[in-house]
Amino acid sequence: MERMLMKPKVAFFDFACCEGCQLQVANLGEALLDILGAIDVVEFREVMSEKWDKNYDVAIVEGSITDEHAEQRIRKIRDRSAVLIAYGSCATIGGVNGMKNSFVLDEIRQSVYGKDYQLFDSKKTRPIHQVVKVDYFINGCPVYHPEVIEVLKCALRGVPYAVPDNPVCSECKLNENVCMYDRGVACLGPWTKAGCNSWCINNGNICYGCRGMVTNPARNGANDIMARYDLNFDLIRNKFDMYNKCSEEDKNG
Amino acid sequence: MANKTVKIDVEYLTRVEGHGNIVIDVKEGKIDKCEFQVVESPRLFEGMLRGRSIFEAQHITSRICGICSCGHSLASIQAAEDALGVTPTEQTIKLRKLLLDYEFLDSHVLHVYLLAAPDVLGVPSFVPLVKTHNAVVRRALRMKKLCNDVCDILVGRHVHPISAIVGGFTKLPRPKDLDAMLEMLESMRDDMAETLALAKTLQFPDFYRETEYVGLVSDDEEYPLLMGDVGSTDGKRLGKKDYRQATNEFIDPRSSAKFAKWSRDSYLVGALARFNLNSDKLHPTAKAIAEELGLKPICHNPYLNTVAQVVEIVHCYEHAIDLIKDLKKNGINYDEEIVVGVNEQQKIPVRAGDGVGAVEVPRGILFHNYVTDSNGIIEQANCIIPTNQNIANIEYDMMKLLPEILDQTKEEITLKMEMLVRAYDPCISCSAHYLNVKFVE
Repeated sequence: MERMLMKPKVAFFDFACCEGCQLQVANLGEALLDILGAIDVVEFREVMSEKWDKNYDVAIVEGSITDEHAEQRIRKIRDRSAVLIAYGSCATIGGVNGMKNSFVLDEIRQSVYGKDYQLFDSKKTRPIHQVVKVDYFINGCPVYHPEVIEVLKCALRGVPYAVPDNPVCSECKLNENVCMYDRGVACLGPWTKAGCNSWCINNGNICYGCRGMVTNPARNGANDIMARYDLNFDLIRNKFDMYNKCSEEDKNG
Repeated sequence: MANKTVKIDVEYLTRVEGHGNIVIDVKEGKIDKCEFQVVESPRLFEGMLRGRSIFEAQHITSRICGICSCGHSLASIQAAEDALGVTPTEQTIKLRKLLLDYEFLDSHVLHVYLLAAPDVLGVPSFVPLVKTHNAVVRRALRMKKLCNDVCDILVGRHVHPISAIVGGFTKLPRPKDLDAMLEMLESMRDDMAETLALAKTLQFPDFYRETEYVGLVSDDEEYPLLMGDVGSTDGKRLGKKDYRQATNEFIDPRSSAKFAKWSRDSYLVGALARFNLNSDKLHPTAKAIAEELGLKPICHNPYLNTVAQVVEIVHCYEHAIDLIKDLKKNGINYDEEIVVGVNEQQKIPVRAGDGVGAVEVPRGILFHNYVTDSNGIIEQANCIIPTNQNIANIEYDMMKLLPEILDQTKEEITLKMEMLVRAYDPCISCSAHYLNVKFVE
């Protein structure tokens, strides 16, 4: 009962990523102060020097797991956290870091670092849920502000958040965008989870699939699209690999 | 303090982007170790780019860093266009310059207020400042959000911009967008004045080490951020294609992180380097501010990189306003709006090429280099980020500083060292090629 009255202790952690999703927090502007009024941020390395040695009510984890040290660290964070939120594409689906998994690990390490490549550790890229249990997922590269607020509200109240499982097209249609396929360009909207308000297509770009694939895509519809626009499967798969390469392990598991 | 023994191990330096450690080991007055280690998990971007279309490169490489993602996009686009032989239109160049101004404003405001100011105000982060300096924190967040919002209007969002691609923009600002951006920037004037007032109160450690400063240089009148040659305060100058002769990346047996050097053992890139190279080309208002703040070229105090950032905030602010006014006056040609650059419609001819992009980003000069086959598929990629170039210089600064402050407490030494590293505004998450540093104990 006492704990309910206290502000929840919240910490941010980053693993392999660009830290852009953490930056999205700073980009909330003065609204951030409202959030800071409701929670007690005890660790946030990117903007704070303070460190915390007790348990966390909520751990918000950015980035994917790409080496042994990171694996040990995320296990410790999980042990100390009541609720763990995977935050952003790298954490939820492996993100662009997953492209590494398309290569033979030693070969790609050598291509970047030359003969000294073994001086540092590097493992196959994994999203957080492939290493430890995740309670909430905030998808996107970067995360979408309205969804961040929504998930935080759910996490702080202890109620589940259902990640939208309908395609980006459902939002794109409402935004009255001209379909990218009608402009002669392949877009991953038909297969990608909604929730970003078709952010990229609204700005004239395609959907790159950064929120992960819907669990039950409309197969016949997708086949129709492939046939109508004379697309080959490799082109689409190649586009998917930019963000979703790690999902192959989910299917195996 | 001839016999002093100090051991400092700052694991995960805070208020910087990415993971870095400071290790100092002084035994009986003798410095055994004084190092800045980078421990970021390698992400292998240069390797991952192989096999991808050159039109996808900017999307992927903007993910190297969330904080300078617009700068990475622009360097990437420049490299791709160089490889493909595409010359951007004058309108596209203006809009890219505007995007870069926004990037500098956003990033420098974040660094000056949230990352560096707490040191000078003697608190561990901006969080306690919410209580003690509430107006300052609110101003910082307000300015940060505004810089972010104008960027959203221009390219969809600041973190990983959407509409800036190879060949131009997928969405061009409408007249109402230009009006909105101008109005928003003008509304920041009071906050700009307050920022300068705050900057005048900031006290930085008195420290001096002569070094070489490297950045873009040009023959025209504009403060070069988007285009130019690679130049140094030691009088050297090279075309961007010859960037490898300037950066000379090497591995030092003492550490497995890659270092860069040109004329000397190390060099510095970033706001201070740009100021030292090009202060005469700053916007007149920014020039006046530099004088007010007492910043003069060539300044050899690395802590004053933060002051140079304040000067650049003013420059980019005024430059952005001038650019928007110019775009409003001349109108935007919407025929230049292009379909997304994966180029499935083959609108831009592809060819085998080797292209280099050299762009100033908030933390210094950034190089992207792609080699493509005749189908526009990347065969080799090389990205040299500013922080990478600064690492050696940071360490030389630390080694000069340490004996000068050895009589102070361990806490004071730690803080001064942390402040020194933070003054460089290192962005370690861009660690396209850092190695984990290992020691033989």
